[in-house]
Amino acid sequence: MAKVNMTPVKTKMPEQDPNIRNGNFLEVTTGYTPQMAYDEAMRCLNCKHKPCVAGCPVNIDIPNFIQSVTQGNIEEAYEIITRTNSLPAICGRVCPQESQCELPCVRGIKGEPVAIGRLERYVADYMLAKDNFTTDVTKPATKKNKKIAIVGSGPSGLAAASDLCDMGYDVTIFEALHKAGGVLVYGIPEFRLPKSIVEKEIERLKTKGVNIELNMVIGKTISIEELHDNEGFEAVFVGTGAGLPNFMNIPGENLNGVYSANEFLTRVNLMKAYDPSYDTPIYFGSHVAVVGGGNVAMDAARAAKRLGAEHVSIVYRRSEQEMPARVEEVHHAKEEGINFHLLTNPTQILGEKGWVKGMECVKMQLSDPGTDGRRRPVVIPGSEYILDTTSVIIAIGTSPNPLIKSTTNGLDTNKWGCIIADTETGQTSIPYIFAGGDVVTGAATVILAMGAGKKAAAAIDKYLDK
Amino acid sequence: MYRILEKKDLNNEVVYMKVDAPAVAKKCEPGQFIILRVNETGERIPLTIEDYDRNEGWVSIIFQKVGKSTYLLGTLEQGDYILDFVGPLGIASHTENMNRVCVIGGGLGCAIAFPQAKKLFRKGAHVDIIAGFRNKSLVILEEEMKSNSTNYYLMTDDGSAGEKGLVTAKLKELIEGGSNYDTVIAVGPVIMMKFVSLLTKEYGIKTIVSMNPIMIDGTGMCGGCRLTVDGQTKFACVDGPDFDGHKVDFDGVLQRLSMYKEKENHKCNLFRGIE
Repeated sequence: MAKVNMTPVKTKMPEQDPNIRNGNFLEVTTGYTPQMAYDEAMRCLNCKHKPCVAGCPVNIDIPNFIQSVTQGNIEEAYEIITRTNSLPAICGRVCPQESQCELPCVRGIKGEPVAIGRLERYVADYMLAKDNFTTDVTKPATKKNKKIAIVGSGPSGLAAASDLCDMGYDVTIFEALHKAGGVLVYGIPEFRLPKSIVEKEIERLKTKGVNIELNMVIGKTISIEELHDNEGFEAVFVGTGAGLPNFMNIPGENLNGVYSANEFLTRVNLMKAYDPSYDTPIYFGSHVAVVGGGNVAMDAARAAKRLGAEHVSIVYRRSEQEMPARVEEVHHAKEEGINFHLLTNPTQILGEKGWVKGMECVKMQLSDPGTDGRRRPVVIPGSEYILDTTSVIIAIGTSPNPLIKSTTNGLDTNKWGCIIADTETGQTSIPYIFAGGDVVTGAATVILAMGAGKKAAAAIDKYLDK
Repeated sequence: MYRILEKKDLNNEVVYMKVDAPAVAKKCEPGQFIILRVNETGERIPLTIEDYDRNEGWVSIIFQKVGKSTYLLGTLEQGDYILDFVGPLGIASHTENMNRVCVIGGGLGCAIAFPQAKKLFRKGAHVDIIAGFRNKSLVILEEEMKSNSTNYYLMTDDGSAGEKGLVTAKLKELIEGGSNYDTVIAVGPVIMMKFVSLLTKEYGIKTIVSMNPIMIDGTGMCGGCRLTVDGQTKFACVDGPDFDGHKVDFDGVLQRLSMYKEKENHKCNLFRGIE
């Protein structure tokens, strides 16, 4: 047995040079080579108590798949991962591993944790590159002849569909847009998650037998009640996400050149505004200010830079430490030349002839921690100044779309409009309706949504077995 | 894929299409819209539903060739397919408590106003229609509107058909003449809806306008279609498209509609081979 690799740092991930990549939409990180994957896998101590597994929202048997990588048995590693995670190529890229599986890693005590996410991606990409990836699937052995509807084709819906299909149910996913994938296709940019990967994963699901109906707005084209009462769907899983953009309600928000991050990113990602062969228009001018400090703000800023904006700034009201964005994304954004205006809050957007020409901001300071331990941003009096900008992208969060709630009698939601669902089963106030992902939790992560989809799938199986 | 069952040119700029879309036809009501995408590289464009048949499973749309996407749509013929066609979107028009109504259509707005007028007329309401166009060659739906209204008034800017003058002049004349409308429905260019609303406000007549702003998804996701109504931000796609004309900030709407004008003209000219 080869010796454990005791290098205290992760095997570096190859990536495009920042000054080249900020001019293209190709993926930033290019993935481990087999040697790199082996070296990194050898850093795993294969420890007995496996803290990483508990840190993973879908409890992948991490040490076990890493051992398979050290043995060069990538197919086995993939089989181990996909026992609990149906979308590893996506999770390997967009999961916040630093606050999940890698956080409790023993190697992290004296150095950097094992790069679990990078290894997961390596394994998934190895399989994805095979010609028969989308066709070589195990179809469920026995059919249950029961129909289940999944509303929304984002991470939670895909995860639920995959598990339910494996159990032998007839699964149909209904998607409102013209392309399946939800936030994976309209929200997360190509340079962070290539759309070809999402397409392949969805192709594979279809081969397995999952039916996908596009251009179906549930609540408009057909209601959940109609799906259940008239169309023979015995259970419905709602994974419609948090798609409604929040605005700041400050003067000037309706000026030309002000976008919600949702609109800006949808134009870029789903509607491919960066590709001249597409008809999608987009406007930003020379200066772009992105308001917010999450991953969506970073995505919008980095996309604007790639589209050719000369000056792109992040405007965030707290300090870098409080930024909800992943450390890696903030780091990549800085490398690509994004400016950071921290402890800064917009007070109004200024216009000229209907177009954005600047944004008035105030400087903030953080208060002493309150009883909840959080330091609140407080305005510094007299600190107003004007930030030069020709467009503003608002990335301060999203809420669940009220469409399902308003068209489904008796479906309970909380004061933020999130569907109330049992944390263990996803069951809602209507017994045959289950829900999971952002529509229940408010905007969160891909992997949490997938975890919720899997839990609901198991609960639906139990519910229909009665 | 959604098959085009019938196509007619209503004039040089305006096209009628009947599209096979059973799921949309089953649920749609006057005032709602669809979003379509002609091909893979095309934009998503919102168009109001003109008519539908639930049994035959079709929905008809009327559109004006103004930009690249609508010109592209206009190149499709009967038997061709539209790639994506989703709906019905938006909130259906209310027709309750409307007994004496004046429906005003400006240009293509006639196609949007027509299903509402028809529904009201068939319910037994008194429906006057004022249809306004730039000139005779642009007149659409004249027969259909005549047979679905109590009185039909045709107005053109140059007097080449019907009476010469603006729809607001005719509306004022009818109100002054004692028409006693409880509701005015105005659909057309934003500037027309603005002036109709200003006029009816003087007389205190409830006025409904239909907004058709820039949008992408049509389900409340992008916020591109936002407008200010009574000081509050509303999304035309999910809160509308109908709004109280006395509360809409029309100038704000006009400004947002200009956002892509320059790019649109450029793309459209390229597509049509005009330098």
